[in-house]
Amino acid sequence: MNSLAHAVEMKDIVIRFPGVLANDHVSLTLRKGEIHALLGENGAGKSTLMNALAGLYKPVSGTTKVNGELVNFNSPRDAIAKGIGMVHQHFMLVPTHTVTENILLGMDEPRFFMNLKKFNKKILELEEQYGLSVDPEAKIWQLPVGAQQRVEILKTLYRGAEILIMDEPTAVLAPQEIDDLMATMRSMADQGKSIIFITHKLHEVIAVADRVTVLRKGKVTAQGEKIHGMTKRNLAQLMVGRDVVFNVVKEDREAGEVVLDIKDIHAENNKGLQALRGISLEVRSGEILGIAGVGGNGQSELAEVITGLRECEGQIEINGEEISNKPPIKAINQGVSHIPEDRTTVGSAPSLSITENAIMKGYCQEPIGNGWSINFTRAGEHAQDLKEKYNILAPNVRTPAGKLSGGNLQKLILAREISCTPNLIVAMQPTRGLDVGAIEAIRSLLLEQRQSGTAILLISEELDELLSLSDRIAVISDGKIMGTVIAEDADINEIGLMMTGSSGERE
Amino acid sequence: MAIRLKVEKRVDVPRWLPLATSIGSVVLAFIIGGIIFKIVGGKPFVAARFFYQAVFGNWAVFSDTMVKATPLILIGIACAIAFKMRLWNIGAEGQFYAGAFGASIVVLIPIIPLDSPKVLVIGLMMLMGMIFGAIWGFIPGYLKAKYKVNEIITTLMLNYIIINWNNFWIFDKWSDRGFQMTATFDRVAWLPRLADYAKQFKAFSGVTLHLGVLFGIAAAILVWWIFRYSRWGYEIKLIGDNPEAARYAGINISKNIILVMAFSGALAGLAGMSEISGVVHRLQESISPGYGFTGIIVAWLAKLNPFAIIPVSVLFAGLIVAGRELQPAGLSFLLQGIILFMLISSDVLLRYKIHILPTDEETA
Amino acid sequence: MNFTIILHAGIATGTVLLFAAIGEIFTERSGILNLGVEGMMLLGAMAGFSTSLTTGSPWLGVLVGMLAGGALSLAHGVVTIHFQADQVVSGLSLTFLGTGLALVLGEGLTGQNPPLLLDYNIPILGSIPVIGPAIFQDHGILVYVGYLMAPMAWYYINKTRPGMHLRAVGQKPSAADSVGVNVYGIRYLYTFVGGCLAGLAGAIISLSVSPGWYSTQTTSGQGWIAVALVIFAQWNPMRAALGGYLFGMLRRLILDLQGPRILLGFTNPLYINSNYSFFLIMTPYLLTIIALIFGSRAVAKKRAGSPSALGLPYVRGERGK
Repeated sequence: MNSLAHAVEMKDIVIRFPGVLANDHVSLTLRKGEIHALLGENGAGKSTLMNALAGLYKPVSGTTKVNGELVNFNSPRDAIAKGIGMVHQHFMLVPTHTVTENILLGMDEPRFFMNLKKFNKKILELEEQYGLSVDPEAKIWQLPVGAQQRVEILKTLYRGAEILIMDEPTAVLAPQEIDDLMATMRSMADQGKSIIFITHKLHEVIAVADRVTVLRKGKVTAQGEKIHGMTKRNLAQLMVGRDVVFNVVKEDREAGEVVLDIKDIHAENNKGLQALRGISLEVRSGEILGIAGVGGNGQSELAEVITGLRECEGQIEINGEEISNKPPIKAINQGVSHIPEDRTTVGSAPSLSITENAIMKGYCQEPIGNGWSINFTRAGEHAQDLKEKYNILAPNVRTPAGKLSGGNLQKLILAREISCTPNLIVAMQPTRGLDVGAIEAIRSLLLEQRQSGTAILLISEELDELLSLSDRIAVISDGKIMGTVIAEDADINEIGLMMTGSSGERE
Repeated sequence: MAIRLKVEKRVDVPRWLPLATSIGSVVLAFIIGGIIFKIVGGKPFVAARFFYQAVFGNWAVFSDTMVKATPLILIGIACAIAFKMRLWNIGAEGQFYAGAFGASIVVLIPIIPLDSPKVLVIGLMMLMGMIFGAIWGFIPGYLKAKYKVNEIITTLMLNYIIINWNNFWIFDKWSDRGFQMTATFDRVAWLPRLADYAKQFKAFSGVTLHLGVLFGIAAAILVWWIFRYSRWGYEIKLIGDNPEAARYAGINISKNIILVMAFSGALAGLAGMSEISGVVHRLQESISPGYGFTGIIVAWLAKLNPFAIIPVSVLFAGLIVAGRELQPAGLSFLLQGIILFMLISSDVLLRYKIHILPTDEETA
Repeated sequence: MNFTIILHAGIATGTVLLFAAIGEIFTERSGILNLGVEGMMLLGAMAGFSTSLTTGSPWLGVLVGMLAGGALSLAHGVVTIHFQADQVVSGLSLTFLGTGLALVLGEGLTGQNPPLLLDYNIPILGSIPVIGPAIFQDHGILVYVGYLMAPMAWYYINKTRPGMHLRAVGQKPSAADSVGVNVYGIRYLYTFVGGCLAGLAGAIISLSVSPGWYSTQTTSGQGWIAVALVIFAQWNPMRAALGGYLFGMLRRLILDLQGPRILLGFTNPLYINSNYSFFLIMTPYLLTIIALIFGSRAVAKKRAGSPSALGLPYVRGERGK
């Protein structure tokens, strides 16, 4: 092995999927012991490139060298053998197994009989070395997200990874946990590990990386640039290609009557644990109430109790009408629209056409629904209207919804939910995974709705989004509202503290 | 020249492909079945000729085929509506028997006097057939909706249960002089057949095609309308495609599970009624050569399209008629299994495109 | 009605269910749903019977029966693992296929008398009063093997490394794949194992427990009962074995109820009118439904239920499991 060689050298990588060129002659070099950021918007091709390095995809063309040696990975096993370890954004952990079992998965030892005690010890020693602490005998589903991530990192270290790829590692962490993670990364780099971390967050790049490579729409716009001396503006421009406006223009508006009134809600999550512990909220017409918080603190459950998908104790009223613990149709009839977190699993039916998806809420009513039958001609016209008005790109309204890109599908869902003139919109991560154009469109649509008097509950993990769109922001942590602030005057540190569980007062 | 295969996910499906895979599966299945048949010492081409006669031969044999197709159409449609919602109703056989039972008690108790007008008797038999079939569909539907019990196993178990239930009455209380069948039904309970009009139309003499076939056609039209134009059909499609989305859209999934299973059972029950009222004219032990199972394959081959189910039913009915003459008896069952297997294997072609490339074209 | 006899018969017929159910547990734990068990069982029964007839060796028959079931299951494997077809329909088609093949190839086997598997006694243990003769006497070797099968399967699945991989593949195949575990390979392997055990169960019927070939009556739905048993046992081999034996005892009990003139102090209705036995025949199927209701409710409540990825095809790189 050539000690002067780079840890990783990828040259002219091309990766293609049906209908899209994910990586277009991309090159990247990772030096030993450095932290290298791979920056780009959602869909730029960062994960794809790193998945190829980790052995999950095979490039159509291009070369990859690890420690100076030409490699050709056919499976994750090959990559692991060369010292590459990937910490995925969506954890690859088996929920019902323990930490140790997950770390041992796929390893050659133990051979046949499981002697977990011995391995529990080994793992504790590894934890000491890198300052990552987690109970080896705990089952994954019992652990908080930050701990689960530490298990993912331990997995790679246990396998002797010298090169670590971290895919959006901060997406699920609170600000304080992010600081811890960055300290860990620095410590690992100082001990000789080479780290690539994928992100779309500019401040993280500046905070921890040594060098950065920027991808835009599958192509490299900056390769291996030193961070020192760069500004967020520079990076943003490289990422998007134009001057990015960081703030959306939001008009002043007086909030009206209370539309959504939540009093002291308690609810369990799917595992039977308390997810909501006494939440009380109000959202008025013409106002956007943002819910800030790290993922997994009760946001999904909150959206579900409002839309009738989950049972709860307490009271939820829409314009004075009780909707808690009633089937979803009750909330729908009271004018509640829901933009779900997961557009494919919950929000749409992939094999059905755009038209059929568009009428999911309105098929019972005139002019589309007519007694026992559905007037598909009118439905088609309605869908065509929506398609044009919201600029949904698709061959025609008969195209199956599953063929739409993420942004267009989200626009369709939004169009559907908005077109029935709701009183309240519950929007859960509405811009997640979308490209900048789609994000701007969705945000303007929400502001338009606000202008016309709709009450909006915006649940998002993107603090920037909440700050620019919301009138007020409530911070949720561990199922409780830690405090509510006015967006204009909000102090990001205060919000960060609340997200990690301290109440609104400075300590 | 060496070749290699490249598999690529399809972006869209050409319109002719589903039909081609259905036809291709049947052709391939016949070929394979023929080979197996040859191995066991049969004469596949003789059998093929029987089959041809059964479907395209003279009117008498064709009528026999149509008689066998009648229950298949109804059961095929019964399965199709359940499958559309991804409810695996394997109990059509049992619901058929339940319907036969229900129709029989009208005559055997009797529920109304046997000198009542024919329309009334037949109408009541149809109603009872559908009710009993619906009950037999309701039970697994309810268990699934309430307790999430796997409907494949419950419907199957119910098949065994109803057959034994029927047998009790056939062997015991309603047995005709100790034989394993009931007495022949009074003529008022017979579905009209073309043969009944042999006096007016000489050609109809001996033609056993009965009114039941109209039930099948009516059911096809009804269910086609339901799928295409009705709200209920839309809900069924949505639940079948993505139950989570359906729930989130406010659709009551439990209610629909029960409704669809009951409806499916009712159609299969009607098939049972039509078989005993139009063909055997009595209740006896074996009135089905596995219609309930063949119906599953019919529905799948027809890709759940009610109108396509009609010609496919005729095809399979031809198989059954031809199969009667063939040894070994299990051959038609085997053939059906091969067809279904080929069909699902070929489904992969609907999702992926296979390119055949010479190896020197692309590296890595 | 003798408890020892009922226990003995229960163990004998329960062994069949045990093998088939444990086979299906292995398959389902890897994430593949195989509903073709009935077809594989019947094919195994026919293949075993026929092989013993032609070769004179019942053990060869057992082997062939196993492999027949395994071969059929590989067809299911290819279609569901590689082609990602719907696992429910594929399993059903295999039931038809296996049953059809068994009927066609088994033509003429009814009434034949090939050499059967012999029964053996285990000394000393066989003399324990009441239960001794039932458990340790007059059973084929495979029944005794069955006693070890359940605890061994349990230990393998829960306490060994390959067992851990099996469980991981059934719970979260993407996690296993990301660390280099061969997801496809494991699924093929355990689908094959399941098919072999189903075929073996069938061979046990025709060559040992209920010797003979009676067309579809040979298995009369026991393959389906085994599938139901897996759910009822919550994918635990020990519970599956227990359930299998209990079920077997019940079937024997039902048979015995038809004999005596006096039953529990009352005149036995079955003695008077043998047609009432139809209701008795219904009982196992009814009980299966009831067992399934209880099993499904328990699965819905507990955390440790069905393997999370059961029935879902795995494609590397796609969202989902």
